[in-house]
Formats: sequence, structure tokens, C-alpha cells
Amino acid sequence: METIVSIKPLLAVLVSLLVVPILVSSRAPNVREAWTFVAAAAKFLIVASMVPTILNGAEIVYTVAEVIPGVAIKFRVDALGMLFALVSSSLWIVTSAYSIGYMRKLKEHSQTRYFCFFAFALSATIGVAFSANLLTLYLFYEMLSLATYPLVTHHQDPEARSSGRKYLLYIVGTSIGFVLPAMLIAYNLAGTLEFGRQGFLAGTGSKPLMALLLVLLVFGFAKAAIMPLHSWLPAAMVAPTPVSALLHAVAVVKVGVFSVVRVLTGVFGTEQLLALNFSPFILLAASVTILVGSFIALSQDNLKRLLAFSTIAQLSYIVLGVGLLSPKGMTGGMLHIAMHAFGKITLFFCAGAIFVATGKKNISEMTGIGRRMPVTMAAFFIASLSIIGLPPCGGFISKWYLVLGSLEAHQMPILFVLLFSSLLNAAYFMPFVYKAFFCAPHEAMFKNTVEEAPMFCVVPLVITALISIILLFYPQPFFRLASMMVQAITGT
Amino acid sequence: MSEQYPALLVVVPLLSALLISAAGWLKKRLCFPIAVVALGVAAYASIGLLIRVLNEGVIIYRLGGWPPPWGIAYYVDHLNGLVLAVVSVVAFINLIASQKSIEEEFPEKTGAFYTLYVLMVTGLLGIVVTGDAFNLYVLLEIASLTGYGLIAMGQKDRAPLASLNYLYMGTIGACFYLLGVGYLYIVTGSLNMVDIARILPPLYQSKAVLTAFIICMVGVWLKMALFPLHAWLPNAYTYAPSASSSLIAPLMTKVMIYVMIRLILTVFTPQFAFSNLAISNSIVWLAVLAIVMGAILALAQTNLKKMLTYVIIAEVGYMVGGAWLGNRAGMTGAILHIVNDALMTLCAFMVVSNIVYKVKGYAFEDLKGLLRKMPFTMGAFVIGALSIIGVPPTCGFFSKWYLISGALKAGHYGFMVALLFSSLVNVVLFFRVLEISYYEPFSNHHVGDHHPEPMAEAPLTMLVPLIIVAAGLVLVGLYTGDIVNHIIQFAIPKGIV
Repeated sequence: METIVSIKPLLAVLVSLLVVPILVSSRAPNVREAWTFVAAAAKFLIVASMVPTILNGAEIVYTVAEVIPGVAIKFRVDALGMLFALVSSSLWIVTSAYSIGYMRKLKEHSQTRYFCFFAFALSATIGVAFSANLLTLYLFYEMLSLATYPLVTHHQDPEARSSGRKYLLYIVGTSIGFVLPAMLIAYNLAGTLEFGRQGFLAGTGSKPLMALLLVLLVFGFAKAAIMPLHSWLPAAMVAPTPVSALLHAVAVVKVGVFSVVRVLTGVFGTEQLLALNFSPFILLAASVTILVGSFIALSQDNLKRLLAFSTIAQLSYIVLGVGLLSPKGMTGGMLHIAMHAFGKITLFFCAGAIFVATGKKNISEMTGIGRRMPVTMAAFFIASLSIIGLPPCGGFISKWYLVLGSLEAHQMPILFVLLFSSLLNAAYFMPFVYKAFFCAPHEAMFKNTVEEAPMFCVVPLVITALISIILLFYPQPFFRLASMMVQAITGT
Repeated sequence: MSEQYPALLVVVPLLSALLISAAGWLKKRLCFPIAVVALGVAAYASIGLLIRVLNEGVIIYRLGGWPPPWGIAYYVDHLNGLVLAVVSVVAFINLIASQKSIEEEFPEKTGAFYTLYVLMVTGLLGIVVTGDAFNLYVLLEIASLTGYGLIAMGQKDRAPLASLNYLYMGTIGACFYLLGVGYLYIVTGSLNMVDIARILPPLYQSKAVLTAFIICMVGVWLKMALFPLHAWLPNAYTYAPSASSSLIAPLMTKVMIYVMIRLILTVFTPQFAFSNLAISNSIVWLAVLAIVMGAILALAQTNLKKMLTYVIIAEVGYMVGGAWLGNRAGMTGAILHIVNDALMTLCAFMVVSNIVYKVKGYAFEDLKGLLRKMPFTMGAFVIGALSIIGVPPTCGFFSKWYLISGALKAGHYGFMVALLFSSLVNVVLFFRVLEISYYEPFSNHHVGDHHPEPMAEAPLTMLVPLIIVAAGLVLVGLYTGDIVNHIIQFAIPKGIV
């Protein structure tokens, strides 16, 4: 495989950090937001400029500093990292636009701080995507936890404080308590932390030790919200909606599953996991999370909490897909990173738009909202189809591959989990969508006039909804990247 | 000129202290510039010395040209070259940052304060640079006595008593050390460290040597406040004036850790300390106790400064444990942590100085709304806190990495668990402080037209050094690889693997 040394990955990480001083010092909000867009566009362009190289089968590496013998702070852009970076950097642009509409309409305080930490969080996200080894990944993982804390607790009220505590307890507690010791043990076993094609831990330790490390690493990256370490995510919904949208449907949670995927493929290696027969354990954890998460979502009235539990379930699809250890399953899992991102961010945007326009947070207060906000609810409908996994949306492809993967791996119970979960998804989304459009006149809680949220809110959610549809017909480059990665891992 | 660096290090501050004392009577304005020049020269000389050591290897400097073992020799290798640079740089930065708070806290006594400050730095540098076990005691007393004075100048009602308590304990500690050196002198007839190490091997079975070792260690532990010999430290450091605590807290305990490591590595040799004695395991458990108790006691505090003092007690456990693991990774971690902990403690205590300067208090309730009022100071505090917690890329993470790595290699899982426990407790400790300064006082932020309190930052002379130190925490972290490969690796004898 061709390896190219280039500073581009570092630039992609730093570009949003460099803009922070400008954000802090700009007096006029319009100037500040313009710079956010500049940073977001620059970041996206830098990431996109690396796509052709990656698609040609090359990898881009850049070493910042060798901090510990054999372990450097180092970037390596491969297909999987590129897939994730592409999703998060493109969605940052959209979310920045949405943030303007949302934050200004609600006259939120401390908007400068908000935009700064958003930029900071995106730096960390791209850092995780491009990490070449576990230490670098851990570094940016922690950076992301800390950068998102002020965003989650933006309102600075007692509720935000208790949610912030929960957030830190789960996220930082597990990363220090689980990941750090696991990383040290792994380093002492293998003498390296560099993600390898076959996993750097392959053949270095006994089965019980490997099992311990697997548990520590899979649950340690608690941002993946695998049960029982999921309850920080619903708590984090106290954040302003754009934060929930980008961070808690795309960046933060996907960093979690991305880390888990890296652990499974780059640390342990699929062959070793197969040989040690760890797949059932991973599948069990993921399946339980999928089903229980969906069931809890059924009982939620607060729209954002419902979406949070839906996210918890959907994240485990990705873990499940990779845990199947079959090529199609892994492709489906990795693809779901992109597909779920576009669908779920649309749903969050819609929830935020409804809150901005009407001040309503609970589903029971939204009967008939479709007549008041037809565009928003149409987008919601499309995105929910994507999450359920129905055409004409991108979510269909990833789910299709997950189903194929479970057949390929001869895991019939997983097939059942996937299909049953789809039904549950439909059961918690569809009644709401139905009631939003079709309700008896006396039930309707809104006047029959169209009154949407500000343009800055509506346009982004239309864009992401459209992309969700487009992804079914044209899933490139995500599909290509996912299958390249799987090919690289399995060698087929 | 550069041949004289070892002597300059000590002589320039020593003579300058006298000069400052005189200037205190004649022209108070001159005290600060003289102190800056003196410590600037010391910092310059120590960095020059470190570079020379890196290029040429061990440097032995004979004071007055007298050959050892009769004359006093200064002995500089990679270990104390590094510590010298840290001590002098920390003292220099803190001096500059403290000018305002010194002049505000005791405008009448600036002359005396600067004299003591520079004398104490002389003592600390001397302890580190000397290759003579008895000379070390003398310099230890210089550093300690000035330290008592610096602490006693603090809060009128509490500081003198805290200082007296420290004086009792410190004197006992120093006497223990002296007694140990006396035993060594009886059996070897020498006071020169290298000389003693040469004579000792046939005497390893001697009860006198064993006694000397134990007594020296206990003395040093008392001075570094290793749990349960720590009781003097929290009050002494808390009630000291800001400028004193941000000098003494980062340096005194770290220098004593250096003395312990020097005794193990050079005087008694690792062979004796780790293999012959076979007490390493128990001492690491003592360190575990220090870490856990330090963490728990820190949780019980309701003011920032005292909380930090208990964090120091836990950190002392880190370094003692790391050194006594008896392997390379642990020793590397301990030495690296001397550097890192000096810097991060400096950062934390400088933050306290800034807060005290603006808010006149350091209790938790004084911190309300500080993130908005003093964003830069609190930003530095966040970086310091991350380093103490051990989040990469700040330096605290990397020394913790080596320490835990050492614990794994030695199979001492208790020490590893203690380190992780302390990291988690640190998260709670520091985020509790940040929560208070971030959320409180609660106001209704949902209303668009609220008026935040205006910024009220500390003056630039306090802020700029603080930001430099905070940035240093990240830089030192990123350069860990170089520090370990080029300096610390050579500081540890080849025998330790």
C-alpha cells in the first residue's frame, strides 16, 4: 500500500482551532459567524482534497511528535477515517447555518463561547477520525469530551449542572477508569499502539486477558452509548438543539462507535476476534442496546429524549455490523455511520425548528404540527424513513447490508433483532408523523397557517433531508470508502 | 565562564540576597530588580549547565579547588541537571509573577521577603547541585529556615502557628537526615556521595549502613510530607502568602524527592536499596496509602488552596511509589513527574495568587462567576487541572503513563489502581471548582438581555507568566519523548531495567 506523508491531516484538525482566537475577538456576530463558515468550509475542503488519494488506495500519514518510545502523536488517513471525517466536516457547515438561526431566534447568551467550543469540538472529532494509534485517538477523544462539556451545559442552570456531572462521570470516568489501563496493558503486551490491518494485539496474550481488554475498551469508549453506559446521552439533551444535532447524533457519539470499530478492527483484528470467538459477546451487547433502546424510545414524550434513545439504538447497529465480522456486515456497519448521521441530524434539526417556532418540546403537544410547519415535518418524515431503513432513503442501504451480513455470518437471531428493531423504529416515529399531518380538526393544537422557523433553520434541515434521499441513489463516496476499508481488513 | 556555572548557580543568589537585604534598608525599589537579575543569572547558568551535561556528560566542580573527599564537590549529571533547570526556571517565573502580590500583601517588608525568597532558592539549588552529603544538609537548613520565614509572613492569625509546626517537623526531618549522614561518616569516613558509594559495597551487610539508610529516608520523607508524615504541610502551604506558597509548593517537595532518588541511585546504589533490602514493595504500598489518603482528604476541603495542598500529598505518593518500583519505567516516571509536577503545581498556585489578588479569598464560595470575570486565569487553571488529572497532551499524562507502566512491569497492581483512583478523584476535585466558577451565581440565562459581570483580570505581569506556564504544560507534554530519550534515560543507571 502506498503511503504519502503530508501535513494535510494536521491542517484539517487545526484549522478550526486556529479560528478560535478570531471568534473570541470579533465584536460583531455577523463577522464571527462568517469566520465560523470560513473555518468549516476550509476544513471540509482540506478533508475533501484528500478523498481522491484515499480512493486510489493510498494512505496519508503525518507524525507530530514521538512522545513515548514506539508511540507517536500521529495521523493516518485511511478509508474509514476519511468516511467519518467527510461526514462530520460536511455536516459542520450545515450545522453552523442552523446554529445561527436557532441561537439568534432564541436570543441565547454566550454565543461566542458556543461557537468557539463548537470549533474546538470539531477539531477533536477530525483528530479522532485521523488518529493512527490508540494514544492519539485517546488524546482527541478526551479533548472532545472537554470541548463539549460547555456546550452541553450551555444554559448554566441547575439542570445543566446535573446533566454535565452525569456527562463527565460517564465519559471521563470510563475513559480514565477503563481505556487508560487497557491502553497501558496493551502497550506493555505489544510494545506499540499503532492500528494494524490485523490488529496489533493479535497473538500477544491469553484469552482471558484479551477478553478483559475487549470489555475495558468496548465499554470504556462510553460515547458509543452501549448499554449500560448510555444514560449520559439522554441527559445531554439539555444542550441547545444544534449541539444535540451535530454532537449527539454525529460527532460525539460517532466518535464513540468509531473508536469501538477501531478497537475491533485495528487493535484486536477481525481474525483474532473470530479465532477467540468473541463475536457473540459483542453481538449480545449491541443487540440488547438496540432492542432496549428502541423500547425506551417508544415510551418517550419529549421529542429530543426520544431521538436520544433512538440514537443509542442506532449506534449499536454500527457496533453490531462490525461485530458480525463478516465483510457485508462490516460494510453495513461502517456505512451506517454516514447514513444514520444524515438522517438523525435532520430529525434533531426538525425538533429544534419546532422548538424555535412554537416553544414545544413534547410530542403530546405537537398534534397537527404538520399543517403549521409542513416543510419541517416533511423533512422529519423523510429522515425517519431513513432511520427505519426504508427506501427512498440512504438508511435502506446500510440496513440491507447489515441484514446480508447477518445471513453471511449465519447469525439468525441478529436478523430477528434487525427486523424487530425496524418495526420498533416505525412504531415510535410513525404515530407522531401521522398525527402531525392527519388529525381531526378539533385535535389540532395549531392554527391552520403555515409559519415555519427562520430560514437559517429550515434550509439546513431540507438540505440534510435531501441528502438522505440522494444517498440511496448515489451512496458514493461513502460506500466506496466503507468497502475499501473492509477489503483492507479482510483482504478479500 | 561556563566552567563556573555550578558555582555561579549558588554564589550569585547568595550574595544577591545580602545585597537585597541592604537595599531593603536603603532603597526598596531596588530589591525586586536585584532579585530578578540574581535568579535570572541562576536560571541562565542552570540551563547552560544542563546543555553542557547533555554535550559532555557528568561535570564535577571542586569548590575552591579542594579535591574530594576533603573539599566540597559539586556533581552535576543528567538527573540534577534537569532538576536544577526546573527549580531555577520555576523560581524565576514565580518571582516575576509575584511582584504585584508581594507589594500588596506586605508593602513594608518587601526587602525581607525578597531576601528570604532568593536565599531559599539558593538553598534549593545548592541541595540539588551538591555532591557532598553534609553540604546537602547545610543547604537543606538554609532552604528550610528561609521557608519557615516565608510561610510565617502569611495570614496573621494562622501562618505563624503553621510555620512553627512546620519548623518542628522540618527540624526533626533534617536532624534525621544529619544523623544518617553521621552514621555513614562513621562507617565510610567520607562525606562525598560518589566516594561513599565506592566504599559502601563491602559494608552492605552492616547494621550501621542499614540504620543510616532508614534514618536518611525517614528524614527525607518527613521533609517531603509523605503520608503519614504529612500533617505539617496543608496548613503551612495554605496560610503562607501567595508568593511564598507558589514558590515552596512546587519546589520544596520535589527537591526532596530528588534527594531521595539521589540517595537511592548514587549514594546507596540501587543494588542496595532495591535488592539487598527488599523493602521496595512495602514502600510502594506506603505510596499507595499516600495517594489514596491525599485524594480522600482533598475531597473533604472547602477551599481551593488547601485542596491543592492535599493534591500535593497525593502527588508525593506518585513519585515515591514510582521511584521505589525499582524498574526503569517507574523511575523514569518519578523523575519526569518531578519536572511535570513542579510545573503544574506552579500553575495551580499561580492561579490561586491571581484569584487572591483580585478576589481576596480562595474559599470555594469566593470562586463564583470567576470563569467570566477572570477567563484567562481560569483558562490556565483548566490546563493545570487537566495536567494534574492526566489528560493528554498535557505533561501530567505522560509521567502518569510511565508510572502506571512501571507498576504493570513490576506487577504492583495496587499502585496502578491508586494512580487511576487519584486521577478520577482529581476529575471530581477540579470540576467541582470549575462548576462553582462556571454556574454560580445562577441567573436566568434564557432571558436574552441579561448583563454578565464585566471581566476583571489580574494585571498582565501576573497573567503573562501564568499563561507561559500553562502553555509550558502542553509543550513539555509534547516534548516528553525528547526529555526522556535525551535526559532522563541517562539519569538512571544501566543496572535498572
